[in-house]
Amino acid sequence: MSSDESEAKAILHAPESSSGALAAMKAVVLRDLKSSFRQPQDLLNPVLFFVLVVMLFPLGVSPEVAFLQKAGGGILWVAALLSVLLSLDHLFRHDFDDGTLEQMVLQPQPLFLLVLAKSMAHWVLTGLPLVLLTPLLAVMVHLEGNSIGVLCLTLLIGTPVLSLIGAIGAALTLGLRSAGVLLSLMIIPLYIPILIFGTGTVMAAAKGSPVTGQLALMGAFLVLAMTLAPFASAAALRISLSNG
Amino acid sequence: MSEPLLQAVNLHCERDDRTLFRDLSFSILPGTLTRVEGPNGSGKTTLLRVLAGLNDNADGRVLWCGKDRSVSRESFLRNTLYIGHRPGIKPMLSPLENLKALTAGRVKCSEAALRQALNGTGLAGFENLPCRRLSAGQQRRVALARLLVADEPLWILDEIFTAIDAQGVEALERLLVQRVGEGGSIIVTTHHNLQVPGMQRISLGEGGHEL
Repeated sequence: MSSDESEAKAILHAPESSSGALAAMKAVVLRDLKSSFRQPQDLLNPVLFFVLVVMLFPLGVSPEVAFLQKAGGGILWVAALLSVLLSLDHLFRHDFDDGTLEQMVLQPQPLFLLVLAKSMAHWVLTGLPLVLLTPLLAVMVHLEGNSIGVLCLTLLIGTPVLSLIGAIGAALTLGLRSAGVLLSLMIIPLYIPILIFGTGTVMAAAKGSPVTGQLALMGAFLVLAMTLAPFASAAALRISLSNG
Repeated sequence: MSEPLLQAVNLHCERDDRTLFRDLSFSILPGTLTRVEGPNGSGKTTLLRVLAGLNDNADGRVLWCGKDRSVSRESFLRNTLYIGHRPGIKPMLSPLENLKALTAGRVKCSEAALRQALNGTGLAGFENLPCRRLSAGQQRRVALARLLVADEPLWILDEIFTAIDAQGVEALERLLVQRVGEGGSIIVTTHHNLQVPGMQRISLGEGGHEL
């Protein structure tokens, strides 16, 4: 086409830097929180699972105080891990189905920031309620004051890591129709280190040994996950969308 | 002659062992409307997704303002608006909240401007209802309200007339013509009989070639 009526020169807009990125991240978090709070049954699922698993343990294994005190931290950690795992498939699925994800990938802001925002929203909706319920359930399994505090702290540091790492798996399996099994198989090995450190810290606290070192290491896990996992998730999302 | 906004150079795409298009080259100039035509399954949506940067599975190059798109990706994303089959409308959010989320980080506009855009698409009175309660056409209109506040010079619109009533189609056509008159570039696919003076056509199907 070489017509001369198209003299018009396109006016290009310069992409905004930091303020635009913050606005976009805020929009992602707000949209996810609002959407979920208006569908509370989705929110209740992981919480209910968490409570039920912890409640059934004393019934199914042993109600002895000595046993529960010893195993309590591990039970709560495993239950929290599995309940986060259960909710992962939804992390990007709805957005993928309704086209929100396409729009997110096409945002001028770096995709990893938006993925980070999404992972944080996921944590607020699944991980945080578990952390808040933990003191109650910890009392139920006869943990002592000091251990309860440390358990809450490890879950507070650990559950965001679960969300962030889980996002990688959720993004990779997005294109598959039944992703659940594959997602679990892929993600569980990546969860094992944080699980070992989480339960190890609680056990150390029960014995009365200092735990600051282990907590610091868990904090390092969190920082590592926050800085690296969103990049991997963003790349996985692009691949999944390319084939979608 | 003005500089092309977007250029496709020798695009080639196969899907499930079927060639959708090969050696497809064209330029999108400012102030033009380009219509991608072809029967169902001829690769119109795939081509649009390649142009929008969603699909990386095509060979060939896409240039933005004369440079490879990967070099100026941020500028490309900021200045391109893509509305696909699935327009990114959250069923639990209201039209206003949806519009706010979709324009965040792109176009700076006040809530009043967004409300006005919704009014402009005939959604006055529905701003605060959750979108799942709206009809398919109304949900489409929520997505199209973006066009009324958009400042992106390039629009890539996939099947925008779907589920829109006759009046809406007319208003949308007027909007597209006006936009082109102001120097915007538009790429559309539609089975609707769209007639715009000076329209560029790209026909797909039977191997795919440019007309």
